[in-house]
Amino acid sequence: MTKWAVLSPPTLFLLAFFLAPALIMVLASFQYPGEFGGLAPLTDPGDGKEFGLTLENHAFFFSDWLFAEIFARSFAVAAASTLICLLLAYPVAWLIAQSPRRHRDLLVLLVILPFASNFLIRVYAWMILLGPQAALARTLNGVLAALGLEPVSLLFSPCAVLVGMVYVHLPFMILPLYTNLEKHDPVLLDAAQDLGANAWRRFWGVTWPLSLPGVFSGSALVFIPVLGMFAIPDLLGGTRDMLIGNLIKDQFLGVRDWPFGAALSIMLTLAVLSLAGAAAWLSKPKARAA
Amino acid sequence: MPLLEIRRVTRRFGDFTAVDDVSFAVEPGEFFTLLGPSGCGKTTLLRMIAGFDLPDAGQILLDGRDLADTPAERRPVHTVFQNFALFPHLSVARNVAFPLRMAGLGEGEVKRRTADALDMVHLGELAEHYPHEISGGQKQRVALARGLVNRPRLLLLDEPLGALDLKLREEMQLELIKLQREVGITFVFVTHAQNEALALSHRIAVMNAGRVEQLDEPSRIYGFPVNRFVADFIGNCNLLEAEVRAVEADGLRLSVAGLGEVRAPAAEGCQTGERGLLALRPEQVQVAAEADPAWANRFPGQVRDFLYVGDVTTYQVRLDNGYTLQALLPNAAPGRARFHETGDRVMVGWSAQAGHYVREA
Ligand SMILES: Nc1ncnc2c1ncn2[C@@H]1O[C@H](COP(=O)(O)OP(=O)(O)OP(=O)(O)O)[C@@H](O)[C@H]1O
Ligand SMILES: [Mg+2]
Repeated sequence: MTKWAVLSPPTLFLLAFFLAPALIMVLASFQYPGEFGGLAPLTDPGDGKEFGLTLENHAFFFSDWLFAEIFARSFAVAAASTLICLLLAYPVAWLIAQSPRRHRDLLVLLVILPFASNFLIRVYAWMILLGPQAALARTLNGVLAALGLEPVSLLFSPCAVLVGMVYVHLPFMILPLYTNLEKHDPVLLDAAQDLGANAWRRFWGVTWPLSLPGVFSGSALVFIPVLGMFAIPDLLGGTRDMLIGNLIKDQFLGVRDWPFGAALSIMLTLAVLSLAGAAAWLSKPKARAA
Repeated sequence: MPLLEIRRVTRRFGDFTAVDDVSFAVEPGEFFTLLGPSGCGKTTLLRMIAGFDLPDAGQILLDGRDLADTPAERRPVHTVFQNFALFPHLSVARNVAFPLRMAGLGEGEVKRRTADALDMVHLGELAEHYPHEISGGQKQRVALARGLVNRPRLLLLDEPLGALDLKLREEMQLELIKLQREVGITFVFVTHAQNEALALSHRIAVMNAGRVEQLDEPSRIYGFPVNRFVADFIGNCNLLEAEVRAVEADGLRLSVAGLGEVRAPAAEGCQTGERGLLALRPEQVQVAAEADPAWANRFPGQVRDFLYVGDVTTYQVRLDNGYTLQALLPNAAPGRARFHETGDRVMVGWSAQAGHYVREA
């Protein structure tokens, strides 16, 4: 009975749509690139070209600091976006959770409303908003000029990338936080106040720790997509703002080195998994003490 | 000086008056109970004492000082909530330590006092458990330890036993009395269970519709209710409409419609000719096949129904005037579940000292 339980629908689903593709990726990362993209065959095709398995792709990754740098930059951008999202989303989610019950659905709808329009259109909108002709840049550069400073470009900068990342992913932080905060029992805050906690300590002693599951799932929902995102840095970032997402995309669509793209993807997956593992371990102090 | 003084406190919600001009004082070390039916304003009053809500009129004084400008977190008053309100993310020990930490005590002091408080409620072993891992009775004790650990001037308990099953309730009642005596902290206890109030309290304020109807010791509340509401709400009571015929040195002569003359103990301020109620507890009413000469009041009737509940049997006896009286007979002799059958003609009676005349305003 239990032996066959492994073949339950969720397991099959995971096997078909998660594990199998991942294994194909792993395999691809050990292959040679095909001549015009794709992969070289595993067995000798007899035309004197490369075939079989190799460690070259992984070796190449470690051969150049450039890749590590892109990784580090990507993680930094992802971390910063997550943090900014968290700072912006927490008060919003809290206010929605505090508002009268009959308004909450409407407020949640407003949060997800931007999804109704196309993602690229929204990013293009930011290109206009941050562009040199927009009021924002003109005002800022006017002030800078008045202070005798060089004008700056808002668009095509790391800043613009962050703005785009935060803007696009903010709802993914707000929703899990709201779902969590909405479930808090208000009597716990009464109890904390009754026992001598002022507003500040009620927040850090009760609301915040109880909201951690929401914080973690929201952070994961922002951090991981931001890591893989290539459209936003492509459109809003400068040439020096390449992130892993762009690098991987280029391997598949640009330079047509699928195996190296696969190797990069695997590295990224491993990095994210170890990070998630560390976070899970850190967030369970109880299990750790036991 | 009383520890807590409620002075003409009123609280309205829109047109509705939840607490209506309530005044009373609680003495240091007292186990004081607010008793009343659901919706009578007990929780509203308690929330104002704790500082979660403010009166629309009147004052709340603690040690003679008006609390109006002291927020809940700075009042030396702690609350035990009905559903305990334990912090689910903190262990039992950390829950209990919470008020000590908020008070800014040193780590050593916090540890020591937490351990003491847990010992006091016999929960030392469960210190590292989390609230979801312990039983209802244990949660109750954690909530008590947490409320008492910081030695507040006053502990408010809002139906703290409401969430427990009957057996546990009775156990906790005994523990509560013991605990209150040991720590000597003043308790203001809220309940709508009259037996709980009678069992636990030094004094009881019986509330109804936002007002205090009677404030007295349990035995006086039970034995000498001041009006129909209190008589009816506390325990079971036979209420007979009566007119005072004569006020004599050894008691009252009442006239009850259809029954004739009934003798009752003297009541203060009672005037000949006024109308009121005779409140007669079921255990004061005797039932027998033959009238006992010791009964000053005796009337024929017929057994309509009886309820056997083990230790006692309650008989419903219909008197010839149409009144139905409840009488409670103890089942002291084993195996003897009832003395009378439905339909039996019987005599009911009670002494001239039984019952209590309630004046109706
Ligand atoms: N915030 C509020 N807004 C409006 N009405 C309220 C509010 N709080 C309490 N009430 C009303 O005041 C009345 C008294 O409520 P309260 O909670 O004090 O009753 P209670 O005596 O504690 O009853 P219970 O035994 O059911 O807990 C109720 O009719 C209630 O509906
Ligand atoms: Mg209540």
